[in-house]
Amino acid sequence: MGIKAQNISKSFKNVTALKNISFDVKEGELFGLIGPDGAGKSTLFRILTTLLFADKGNATVAGFDVVEDYKNIRKNVGYMPGRFSLYQDLTVEENLEFYATIFGTTIEENYDLIKEIYIQIEPFKKRRAGKLSGGMKQKLALSCALIHKPKVLFLDEPTTGVDPVSRKEFWEMLKRLQQKGITILVSTPYMDEAELCDRIALIQHGKIMQIDTPQEIINHYPKNIYNISAENMHNLIECLNEYEHNYSVYPFGENVHYTDKRDLFNSQELYDFLQSKNLKDVEINNTIPTIEDVFMELTK
Amino acid sequence: MKIIGYIIQKEFKQIFRNKGMLPIIFAVPLIQLIILSNAATFEIKNIKFSYIDSDNTSFSRALVDKFDASKYFNLVARFPSTKEANSAMLNGDVDVILEIPKYFEKTLLKHKKTDLGVTIDAINGSAAGVENVYITEIVQNFNKNARVELMQPSDVINMPKNITTITSFWYNETLNYKTYMVPGILVLLVTLITLFLSGMNIVREKEIGTLEQINVTPIKKYQFIIGKLFPFWMIGLVLLTIGLIIAKLIFNIPIVGSLGLMYFYTSVYLLVILGIGLFISNFTDTQQQAMFIAWFFMVVFLLMSGLFTPVESMPTWAQYITEFNPIKYFVQVMRMVMLKGASFSDIFPQFIKTLGYAVIMNGLAVWSYKKIN
Repeated sequence: MGIKAQNISKSFKNVTALKNISFDVKEGELFGLIGPDGAGKSTLFRILTTLLFADKGNATVAGFDVVEDYKNIRKNVGYMPGRFSLYQDLTVEENLEFYATIFGTTIEENYDLIKEIYIQIEPFKKRRAGKLSGGMKQKLALSCALIHKPKVLFLDEPTTGVDPVSRKEFWEMLKRLQQKGITILVSTPYMDEAELCDRIALIQHGKIMQIDTPQEIINHYPKNIYNISAENMHNLIECLNEYEHNYSVYPFGENVHYTDKRDLFNSQELYDFLQSKNLKDVEINNTIPTIEDVFMELTK
Repeated sequence: MKIIGYIIQKEFKQIFRNKGMLPIIFAVPLIQLIILSNAATFEIKNIKFSYIDSDNTSFSRALVDKFDASKYFNLVARFPSTKEANSAMLNGDVDVILEIPKYFEKTLLKHKKTDLGVTIDAINGSAAGVENVYITEIVQNFNKNARVELMQPSDVINMPKNITTITSFWYNETLNYKTYMVPGILVLLVTLITLFLSGMNIVREKEIGTLEQINVTPIKKYQFIIGKLFPFWMIGLVLLTIGLIIAKLIFNIPIVGSLGLMYFYTSVYLLVILGIGLFISNFTDTQQQAMFIAWFFMVVFLLMSGLFTPVESMPTWAQYITEFNPIKYFVQVMRMVMLKGASFSDIFPQFIKTLGYAVIMNGLAVWSYKKIN
């Protein structure tokens, strides 16, 4: 059993953080919660890791109920909060040893599980955790979350504020952990990371909008999407917004993604329109949608 | 046990690595003990004394000389009239005005009785009271000597027999206020440091987010709390030790009672303070909030502890409130044991109340510490 959540709702005073959230994570699955800041991802994590009671609904983690059986959950899950929350004034080794001890185990006992990750920060084991770089902090936090060999691993925005190279490495580590049979629930605001998950849930304003594999979600994208570039991006967006047939216009990297209201779209017509607006170096290409495009479509 | 031991070890590592806190924990209280014990005195000295001498005889001058010779009074001015004297007092230039009437010597000789006018600036009421006592003492002394000098031989037979009281001050023979203050200030410091440290410690873990990480572990409430508070209990006892050494070496305070009893009582007392500290940190989210609340309780407890003003002179309702003041009991016990050599049976009432307080506060603290919101 991985994770099973049914109709979870949670409000804080007058803010509704989660509305009827239901989803399943299979054992050994790498499941992603994708959504912008404030979507309710962290609240959901806190409920599933027994730090917070839901107002409504129930959930099980590793087969244990989050309310009745919270003691067993705490023995069997690893949690890495969004904010770095290890002791900054203790060294790398002391932090790891501390968490090993309070879980009633030792570093040696589960060393094989964390070896690949810990070996990268081992040269700095006498350094205080507060003095580590962002990427190294993440590795230490992950090591600490894994030291008791959890069945389910919760990672709340593990790559926020981490450089692209470390992010890539981090996801490779997750894939390897998954192969060791650990169920992983990871949240991220980065859409590009979504494609690395087995399945994802797109979450916005406390509601899950879609759950599927990344490929299926992309396959269901209803529109043809066009990648448009021009010399002046700001003017380009303004002109496209003026164009009467536009359905959606939003910046995507260095270009603009555009969809049209009509099923039959003539790119030459748009090209001429943009030329008439004195835009230079205009290029229009059909492109493959990404998770980000799906998300923009869903939140429209 | 292993887990508690490890948390304690971790806590000590963090305390000794905190280069900002370490001197505050150990050096500052000792400096305070030395400074406060010397400065917080009940003796009133350097009273600004002035007088109006309308008699102007050698007899009246002799009275003024008595004041001038006293170590408590500084002669600052002689005024020709009451009006000028009063305006000087209004300006705060003088604290006391002694008015010697005309024919002071003559009246005394003739009628064996005369009046002296004394005006005291009573903005600080307790100081004024003490000044009044000093003045009365000097005048009485003067009066006694004067009677002998002025008496006629025939009067000797008719002289009424005088009753003289001979006072002996027990437990503090020389009326050294330091003997009285040092045990109290020691109490203040032990309480202050342990309350603030324990109050802010768990809040700090909340602030930096580590508490959340701890809460998802299978660690038991009691393990965590004991592990967190034990180091501060130790620090409290270390502070007591250093304070006692200073009391003995620098202030030469007599330590009459049993050291073992003092430590035994303090170790129970510290549990009360740590319980209060933990209770505060359970209801606050930032160190700043915890600090303010701890400070509030500290000030109330201190001012109502009998450390500076005797509990017996407070209004009745306030005396009832002091029953809930753990610092009051600690001050009483320290003074009783240190200066009077009280035994366990003497401090038993205080001990039982403190123990009860410790059980209640720690019970509340453990109950209100929640791993789940």
